[in-house]
Formats: sequence, structure tokens, C-alpha cells
Amino acid sequence: MEEIGRAALIVGRDLRTQIIFVGETAAALWNATRYPQSVRWKDVWYTCEQVGVNALPIVALISFLLGIILAFQSAVPMRQFGAEIFVADLIGLSILRELGPLMTAILLAGRSGAAFAAEIGTMKVNEELNALTTMGLDPVRFLVVTRILAALLMVPLLTLFADIIGILGGALTMLTFNIPIAAFLHEIDSLVDVKDLLAGLAKTPVFAILIAGIGCLRGLQTEQGASAVGISATRAVVSGIILLVVVDGIYAFVYYLLDV
Amino acid sequence: MSEPIIRVEDFTTGYGGKILLKDIAFTVERGEVFVILGGSGSGKSTLLKHMIGLYEPMSGKIVIDGDDIVTADGDARRAILKKIGVMYQSGALFGSMTLLENVRLPLEEYTSLDDEAMDLLARMKLKLVGLESFTGHMPSEISGGMQKRAAIARAMALDPTILFLDEPSAGLDPITSAELDQLVLRLARSLHITFVIVTHELASIYAVADRVIMLDKRTMGIIAEGDPKVLRDTSDNPWVRQFFRREATAEAA
Ligand SMILES: Nc1ncnc2c1ncn2[C@@H]1O[C@H](COP(=O)(O)OP(=O)(O)O)[C@@H](O)[C@H]1O
Ligand SMILES: [Mg+2]
Repeated sequence: MEEIGRAALIVGRDLRTQIIFVGETAAALWNATRYPQSVRWKDVWYTCEQVGVNALPIVALISFLLGIILAFQSAVPMRQFGAEIFVADLIGLSILRELGPLMTAILLAGRSGAAFAAEIGTMKVNEELNALTTMGLDPVRFLVVTRILAALLMVPLLTLFADIIGILGGALTMLTFNIPIAAFLHEIDSLVDVKDLLAGLAKTPVFAILIAGIGCLRGLQTEQGASAVGISATRAVVSGIILLVVVDGIYAFVYYLLDV
Repeated sequence: MSEPIIRVEDFTTGYGGKILLKDIAFTVERGEVFVILGGSGSGKSTLLKHMIGLYEPMSGKIVIDGDDIVTADGDARRAILKKIGVMYQSGALFGSMTLLENVRLPLEEYTSLDDEAMDLLARMKLKLVGLESFTGHMPSEISGGMQKRAAIARAMALDPTILFLDEPSAGLDPITSAELDQLVLRLARSLHITFVIVTHELASIYAVADRVIMLDKRTMGIIAEGDPKVLRDTSDNPWVRQFFRREATAEAA
């Protein structure tokens, strides 16, 4: 009984800080759009480099492999019906609508979400957050807004990049099934629509806010002690990925209802 | 006599409903070096964090240069915060910035000076603490004593009237710690900055303190107030005498 009460108390407190965090972040983002000169753009560009440019190799590797695996897995059964060419549509649709955005987001949750939590958590343990506060500088504006803006800029671009590399992976694989790249791309072009690309990219701003927001929140929630920063980073990745999958499911449901 | 620069009245606080400090009252005079003493866990850091507005007390006032930091918010709060500088126990320099960038940060946020003027002011502050040849270093590349001096330079960026130092000698060897004491005295005497320092380093207390208050967790209040050397020689409170006699045992340890 007491256990349940204590757990409820903790969940309640967690919920409270999360609501406060969302409110403060929304207010700070709103302020940033009204007074763009108040944003520390130097920090935004630096974070863009960390989140975006430095993630290119891993995003390229994973989406290329994804394209290859998808192609192989579907081409073998399709060949029995002489329908290998339709692999192109399968790959185009699934990568553009689902796998490109989701895989990129999950990679970034592991990479940048954890990094945000660790950076901000270290600053908290080291009293740097207190130092900001007593300088009259709001840690949310200073640390959270810059990271969310950087993610908003980088996640769509990385997703587009992952889409292209993934389809390229599929196209190269299909060469071994005697389908030339030109035919592959032509097939995608005939069945897959710009709408499908946009349906995938439309998820990326929400994914970006989730990844960066949760990373920063977990960082700000860091407790004292030697293992606290590691715990925050882990929590950022776990809750980040869970929320990404849930939100992706909501998108799929809404798209189905709207017949997108 | 002029109005004290800090006036704490009826101050009571604690954590999670448990009272730690009760009905505290004291004043800090303009330009003095004021030291908060007490055994570990007596609430020194807690008191300091309330004085710089990080925590809210259960009740009471903390009036800084005429304005109560407990009730001030928005621009009024920023105006108070501009008058104070804080050096945290760990230094709390921003690890991703050079020393110069650390000291420049408050200038960037509070002034509209051009780049060159801000650089000049930041360099001057670093020179005051003897770090003029380390402006391009990262905090991780300098020693603990230098980090604390850099933190003082950053705390002085906006020419505050009060500097708060939390455990300046923690983690420093006696020589470095003595150098830091000399720096504090120099800044206090030449720039007329008021210092509020939390420490339990006796050598440092005798070197810098004009006046001390001593907290004690058994009474949850102030058990002694005044000149530290006078307290050492004349106090009839056994806990106070015990604290000042600790010198010999502390040095043996
Ligand atoms: N954030 C906090 N939450 C709960 N208890 C705290 C917190 N900070 C300090 N305490 C407790 O308050 C007491 C006084 O702490 P502190 O002010 O750091 O003492 P000092 O600096 O004199 O050693 C200690 O018992 C400490 O455990
Ligand atoms: Mg302390």
C-alpha cells in the first residue's frame, strides 16, 4: 500500500515537472520566434554540427543497410512470381513513409538525445545551471531552445538524406536481380508520389522536438552523485524511443483516417 | 552609519518540511568581508543559496541593497542579480567555453557593447585575478586554483557590489588557498566589493574575515557573531571554543 502511494507520488512529481518543462519550453520557443536576436545562434550552429553533420556517417550506414536488407528480403519471394520490379515500390513507400523518418529519429535519440541529457546533466552536477540562474540567464532559453532549434533544422535534412541513401541501397541490390537502376527509379517514380515523401517528412519536426526536448528534460532532472549523469542519459534514450514509436503509431493511424 | 548592504530578517528555512535554520537575523555592512561559519551540515550552503535567490525560504526577508530578493521577480529580480556575483564551490565555469568566453558571457547578455569592448573588459577582469595569459584556455586545461580565480573574474564581469564565495578553499592546497585569500583582500580593499564567504578553513577566516557568524545545527541558528579572533579568545560558548580550537587537530589530520 505504502509502496503504491510512494510510486504514485513520484509519478505525480515527475508529471508536474514535465508539465512545467513543456510550458517553459513552449514559452521560450515562442519568445525565440518573436525576438530571434535573443537566440544564441552561435550555439545553434554548433549543435547543428554535432546533431547533423557528425551523424551523417552512421545515418548513411544504417539506411544503406536497411535498403539492402529490405530489397533482399522482398526480392527473393517476389522473384517466384516474376515480380521483382515491384520491390522498387515496396522500398520506396516503406522508406519514405515509415522507415526513413523513424530509423533516423531512433538513431538520433540514441546519439543526440543521450548527448543532450549528459551535457546538461554534467552542467547541473557542476553547478553550471545554478551559475546561469544567478547570472539572471534562463537555462531553458540558454540550453533547451538552442538544442530544439538545432534538431528542428537537422532532423528533416537527415531524414531526406536517409531516404535517398536507403533507396540507393535498394537500387544497388536489385542490380543483382538484373533490374537496372534506371528501371528501378522509373518504377518508384510511377507509383510513389511526392505525397509519400511529404507524409514521411511531416513527422520529422515532431520527432525533432521529442528527441531534443526529452534529452534536455532528462538532463535538467539529473540528481546529485557520480552515476546520476549516466542514469539521465539512459532515461533520455529509453523514454525517447518509446515516445517516438508511440507518436509514429499515432501518425500512422491519423494518416489512415485521413487516407493520406 | 550607512544602511547595511544585506539585511536578513526572521529567516526560516529547511527541506521537505523539516526546519534547518530558524529565525535567523543578521546584517552585512558595505565593503566588509563577511564569513559564514559552521560545522558540516549546519546549513551554510543553504543560507548562501537563499541569499543569491536560488531557493525560497519558508518565511523571512533577504534585503539586498534595498530590495527583497525573496519577493522580487522579473526585472526587479534581474536588477538584484546584476549587483551580485557568485563563485560556486566547483568553480562552475562553462566547460565548452574558453576563459575569455566565460567572462564575456554576462557582458553579451546584459550590455550592448561591441565585440572589441567586451573582449577588453573581459581581459581586464582576467588580469585582475592574474590570468591574463590564459584567456584562450578551456577550464579543463587549468588547475583548480586557477579555475576558482577565473570563476571570480566571471563573477566580477558586471562590476557587482557583492561577491558570494562558496567554500573557496575546498580542494585547494594551503598555498593556493592563501593566494586566493590575498586576492579576496586585494579586491575588497581596492574595489570596495563586499564579500560573503562560506568556509570552515580557519587560516583563511583569520586572514580575510572582518566579521563572522557561526551557524549550529543543534540550535538551528546563529551561535556567535563578531570578529573571529575576539570570538576565539573570549567566547564562553563551548561549541564556539571547540570550533576555533579545532585548528591544531585539523592541521594534524
Ligand atoms: N537540496 C536539498 N534537499 C534536501 N536536503 C538538503 C538539500 N541540500 C542540503 N540538504 C540538507 O541540509 C543540511 C544542510 O546542508 P548544507 O546547507 O549543504 O550544509 P553545509 O553547507 O553547512 O555543510 C544537510 O543535512 C543536507 O543534507
Ligand atoms: Mg556546504
